[in-house]
Amino acid sequence: MKIYSYLTMTMGAALMLVSCGQQNQSSNGALSSSAAEKVYVAPGEQDEFYAFMSGGYSGNLTVYGLPSGRMFKEIPVFSQFPTSGYGYSEETKPMLNTSHGFVPWDDAHHPDISQTNGELDGRWIFINGNNTPRIARISLSTFETEEIIEVPNSAGNHSSSFITENTEYVVAGTRFSVPIPQRDIPINEYKSNFKGSLSFISVDPEHGHMDIKFQLMMPGFNYDLSHPGRGKSHGWFFFTTYNTEEAHTLQEVNSSQNDKDFIAAVNWKKIEEYVNNGGGTKVPAEYAHNIYDESTHTATTTMKKEVLTVDPLKVPGAVYFLPTPKSPHGCDVDPSGQYIIGNGKLSADLTVHSFDKMIAAIEGEKFDGEAYGIPILKFEDVLAGQVKSGGLGPLHTEFDDEGNAYTTFFISSEVVKWKLGTWEVIDRKPTYYSVGHLMIPGGNSRKPFGKYVVALNKITKDRYLPTGPEMEHSAQIYDISGEKMELIYDFPTHGEPHYAAGIPAEILAPKSKKIYRLDENKHPYAVLSPTESKVVRDGNEVHVYMSTIRSHFTPDNIEGIKVGDKVYFHITNHEQDFDVPHGFAMIGQNTSELLVMPGQTKTSVWEPKKVGVWPFYCTDFCSALHQEMQGYVRVSPANSNVELKWSLGE
Amino acid sequence: MKKASIIMIVGPLLLLGLYIFPLWNIMLGAPQYPDPLGMNIYISGLKGVNEFDIQNIDGLNHYIGMQTLPKANEMWEFGTFPIVIGIMVALGVLIGILGYLNKLSYKWFLGWFLTMSVLGVLGMYDFNEWLIDYGTNLDPNAIMKLTNTDGSPMTYKPPLLGHVKMLNFDVTSLPASGAWLMFAGMMLTLLAAFLGWKNQKTVKSIS
Repeated sequence: MKIYSYLTMTMGAALMLVSCGQQNQSSNGALSSSAAEKVYVAPGEQDEFYAFMSGGYSGNLTVYGLPSGRMFKEIPVFSQFPTSGYGYSEETKPMLNTSHGFVPWDDAHHPDISQTNGELDGRWIFINGNNTPRIARISLSTFETEEIIEVPNSAGNHSSSFITENTEYVVAGTRFSVPIPQRDIPINEYKSNFKGSLSFISVDPEHGHMDIKFQLMMPGFNYDLSHPGRGKSHGWFFFTTYNTEEAHTLQEVNSSQNDKDFIAAVNWKKIEEYVNNGGGTKVPAEYAHNIYDESTHTATTTMKKEVLTVDPLKVPGAVYFLPTPKSPHGCDVDPSGQYIIGNGKLSADLTVHSFDKMIAAIEGEKFDGEAYGIPILKFEDVLAGQVKSGGLGPLHTEFDDEGNAYTTFFISSEVVKWKLGTWEVIDRKPTYYSVGHLMIPGGNSRKPFGKYVVALNKITKDRYLPTGPEMEHSAQIYDISGEKMELIYDFPTHGEPHYAAGIPAEILAPKSKKIYRLDENKHPYAVLSPTESKVVRDGNEVHVYMSTIRSHFTPDNIEGIKVGDKVYFHITNHEQDFDVPHGFAMIGQNTSELLVMPGQTKTSVWEPKKVGVWPFYCTDFCSALHQEMQGYVRVSPANSNVELKWSLGE
Repeated sequence: MKKASIIMIVGPLLLLGLYIFPLWNIMLGAPQYPDPLGMNIYISGLKGVNEFDIQNIDGLNHYIGMQTLPKANEMWEFGTFPIVIGIMVALGVLIGILGYLNKLSYKWFLGWFLTMSVLGVLGMYDFNEWLIDYGTNLDPNAIMKLTNTDGSPMTYKPPLLGHVKMLNFDVTSLPASGAWLMFAGMMLTLLAAFLGWKNQKTVKSIS
């Protein structure tokens, strides 16, 4: 308890000191230069980079432009999104299915863009759901979530979703070790009963479909963050750990006792080979695999029943521990793949491990004991250097293309630029306030685009006009094209962005879809011509096959619906013109609206409870006659004999 | 006369380009259409510059009561024009060959050019007639019935040639690559006639 209060006081004091110091700096730093010119994207002009920011507790992913900081879109991923009907429409409800049933929310953390040969290829972006462990894959041609796979045997899916350099795997590690398999045991029997699983999820190179190839069953530590090896270290994956103490209560104290925790180095190529040769144990598991099909515009859920687990001790040479001081958080690998940076979040210094030294130490079998049978390498043998930063609370590191690294410091609220190899600090700039992740487009790949760094802060306070106790998080953009960083812009973000991923616009923009082709629409309830529109009764289920085009629904008058019916409106948008969605909303419906893109079909359910004539309308201001885009449904008593009929213009 | 005849053979062949390239092009740009909608007019039918342009032009035009753009089988011209062009190309080449063999005089070259010019003008006249009908023969139940300042009903005839501002749209109508090929081909036949005439004068003066 003593340590606990001491630590809180120190951090509190540090925070106060630092924020006082920054007040002075901010008043003369940012506005004095040509910062405005650097971020100004004139009306009609477009940004140089896309930035995808995780939404944190919004469960979604937001798309921004750099350097303007303009938000373009919120992509619904793990959360229901009434704006488009995601998670409400019949087609997209399955996307949120899990082994726990329908989970309409998650905590989205770390987006990562697919790579080929260690460079961004812009096919997909992956992101993890932290709370109910899931990994999502989002198409970067439609900017829609296409797939979500649940990760069994995991909890606090935090050291995720990082991809290997040819997108062979998207990797998901567990932050909260749990009993595996789950069972009813006393919590204080944590040690040796709890395990941490590291899941290697293969990604089909053709269509991106995910499949859990194997789960590595590691000791019950907290696997906090991870990154792949690249270049020379391709084939390895590195995970920071904390709570090697294996505490299960008051972890802020009890998990902070060891001077050093570990970075786990996993030779996944070796394990892959072991698995391909029949290694591993299939164990029962229950997890959902949800795939959205672009041609049917429909998602389906498959419940999977088993998963392949691997005991690391059965694959000699597959896993090593690299001692790393002070509960390391960020785990970042430089573009060459040589340096593995572990940021001890309770220290002032950064620890940089050398991949070459690690390999030499492994070959020389220079071990410093073991943990649960896994060899621990000697700290001095793998250490490449330490960055004496003078900051407090280092969290995450990104890289430019000139051999520099940029590390965020949460407690001292700053970004520090330092040189790989010499470990000297080149520059430091304050952030506002308490920065978490930072992002340089491609900054965690073999080919960074080192023009801007975005700092994603946890505390906003006075940066913008006050909006009551709850505020959006703030982000800052720094120009890093020169020797010194220059703060050029400050903007609020949506939700709580943890990590972000950036990519040059020229890679993505040309392949962004404008419409879905109607002639490729394979939705079972689609109407491809307005003449096919119809209403079909099947018991108390009624299916309305409806089409839309500026500015009417076909049909727009429907009679013969009865109280107690379950009415499915299947809306097909017949537009084949860019940016002409139609919406659909029915009075009293216990669900959200639909927003239907050109060529797309979406379905909304309505269970009328009251007799009457009830209107529906288009919710997207589609055209000059948008206000006229409406219709009526006559609802008769449950026992009535009103004939089912539908029409347009009669 | 041999050189003139060869040019006379080549000239009409350029008209074959009309089977591949559009004769005319009409583009419609508006603030909300930064990438303008466009229509290419071929001798055998209409095609959107982008795949769905025709459908989208029809979609917009229904507000002001314009007819939908004709399909290839809905206008006799799209059946007749390819035949007429085919006959004229064959005739032109035949005349050229006969000229080469000294069976015909340069006057036939000129004759072909004049016939083609007359047909061209007739074609333009017919095209303009269609534009007038398309732009003025409006659905009496049109959603938007607009009037000019003098109270007369607004019409929407696209220009035969050049640019017109029509409501929110900038409409530009210009000959397209097929027409330019036809124009070049016809000029070649005129050149052939000229060379033939000069050649004859020379021959006459020598004799």
